[in-house]
Amino acid sequence: MDVGPLPQLIVSGILTGLLFALISVGLTLIFGVMDVVNFAHGEFLMLAMYATFGLGLIGLNPILALPVVVVAMFVLGALVYRFFVKRLLAGPPEAVVFGTFGLLVFLQGAAQFFFTSDYRSVLNPPFSGTLHLGGIAIGEAQLAAGLGALVLIAAIFGFVEYTEPGRALRALSEDRVAAQLMGIDVQRMNAFAFGLGIACTGAAGALLMLTYQAYPRIGTEFALTAFVVVALGGFGSVHGVLLGALLVGLVEVLGGYYIAPALKMLPVYALYLAVVFLRPQGLLGRR
Amino acid sequence: MTNSTPLIAVRDLEVDYAGVRAVQGLSLYASRGEIVALVGANGAGKSTLLRAISGIVRAASGAIAFEGENIASFEPHTIVRRGISHVPEGRRVFATATVRDNLLLGAYVMRDRAERERRLAAALATFPRLQERLDQRASTLSGGEQQMLAIARGTMSAPKLLMLDEPSLGIAPLVIPAIYAGIREIARSGTTVLLVEQNVREALAIADRGYVLQTGRVVAEGTGADLAGDPLVQKAFLGL
Ligand SMILES: Nc1ncnc2c1ncn2[C@@H]1O[C@H](COP(=O)(O)OP(=O)(O)OP(=O)(O)O)[C@@H](O)[C@H]1O
Ligand SMILES: [Mg+2]
Repeated sequence: MDVGPLPQLIVSGILTGLLFALISVGLTLIFGVMDVVNFAHGEFLMLAMYATFGLGLIGLNPILALPVVVVAMFVLGALVYRFFVKRLLAGPPEAVVFGTFGLLVFLQGAAQFFFTSDYRSVLNPPFSGTLHLGGIAIGEAQLAAGLGALVLIAAIFGFVEYTEPGRALRALSEDRVAAQLMGIDVQRMNAFAFGLGIACTGAAGALLMLTYQAYPRIGTEFALTAFVVVALGGFGSVHGVLLGALLVGLVEVLGGYYIAPALKMLPVYALYLAVVFLRPQGLLGRR
Repeated sequence: MTNSTPLIAVRDLEVDYAGVRAVQGLSLYASRGEIVALVGANGAGKSTLLRAISGIVRAASGAIAFEGENIASFEPHTIVRRGISHVPEGRRVFATATVRDNLLLGAYVMRDRAERERRLAAALATFPRLQERLDQRASTLSGGEQQMLAIARGTMSAPKLLMLDEPSLGIAPLVIPAIYAGIREIARSGTTVLLVEQNVREALAIADRGYVLQTGRVVAEGTGADLAGDPLVQKAFLGL
């Protein structure tokens, strides 16, 4: 029996979705803990992709570069919180929106200036073959990126669920005042959560460089998807993100094939509007 | 420090909410091992006083001396480390977390794992009902059980001062004795208790001393028995 390209598309959709999940989990973590919608999230991803490209120039392939990029992005995220977001939070509510949006514009402009708008791909890709599994052809690089994302998402879930800092993050996202009464230092944990959220873009950026190219505007493309994923899954819900991301990955890949590659995001946004209309809190959001 | 210095002494405390004065020139103290009741009508400033002590709201002026140190400008997490625990109005347990995680969060400032386990055992001995619910989400507990959890969580940091804000509010009357038995036990173990209540009869019965608050000020003080016998208190709160 010929099932056509469907199995192939489903595998591809899931692998894509896992990367979306890794990016989005950082976005939702930051929102959950401190109610900040980080409009510059995609720009951090873009920076991570350039960092991975740069480490490639000194001989580290994206897999080897990943831990370096993750640590660097964690530190960068914590510093951005400490010296920028923290100040915005002390201002009126709009300050955070315009502040992180301003950061987006700034980082994108800076990338344009320093890196030009040329596309950059790693010169030393560790995977280039194609696996054939029962009629499904998967690029090794795409498989490695997807599985890498899966492992990291599992690690983040485990961290949030079973460790003491994870417990504190959950407490903060549920009730900030009660969390303070437990002796949790909000500013410290905010910086930690922001670092963690940005570290997710670090990991995703390194994995994406297995299959994508870096250019100044790439962050915006992924960020748009991440916003859809987070809204779908429920803002602040870590588990919702996985569901939302897999859905978006599947819909995007299937839509791209059955409708038209250029219109692949159309069914994603249609799904998004439908969910937001019927269930504004997202699929797994509370309220 | 001598034992005659109160554990906590609040002096001339003033607290504003966006320009509206909620606490005005309030002074009170609690000595080590005492149960001190704070009673007063809605809006008297009881919760605001507790929030100012735990650092959740800032005092506009006045002093909060805890073990002789003015903590009025300290951050909430520092105040918890100093040994003050605040069980807020409305319980505010972490609904999606398990009972165990709620209790462990109460011991967040405690670094020593063995000590944390000891506190957990003590808390469960005080409120045995929580034992069988350890792995349930807090949201699945009844209101009374959630209050027990909130108080138990408040004891997990081994506080010197435990502040309880209306622990019997909205609780089924049948469960209130178990909650009060728990509070007595905590006090017997040496913890100083500041007990805010609208349930004036119960609060004054259990308290060593009490204060009556009205529009942000202390209008009467005395032993629990004195206040319960005070005609003003009887008329205003006990319906006599
Ligand atoms: N977050 C707030 N913003 C503005 N005003 C507030 C706030 N919280 C309390 N108030 C006001 O401060 C005063 C004291 O309130 P508070 O909650 O301390 O009283 P209370 O004695 O605890 O009352 P209750 O018995 O109803 O809990 C009241 O006039 C109240 O309206
Ligand atoms: Mg109150």
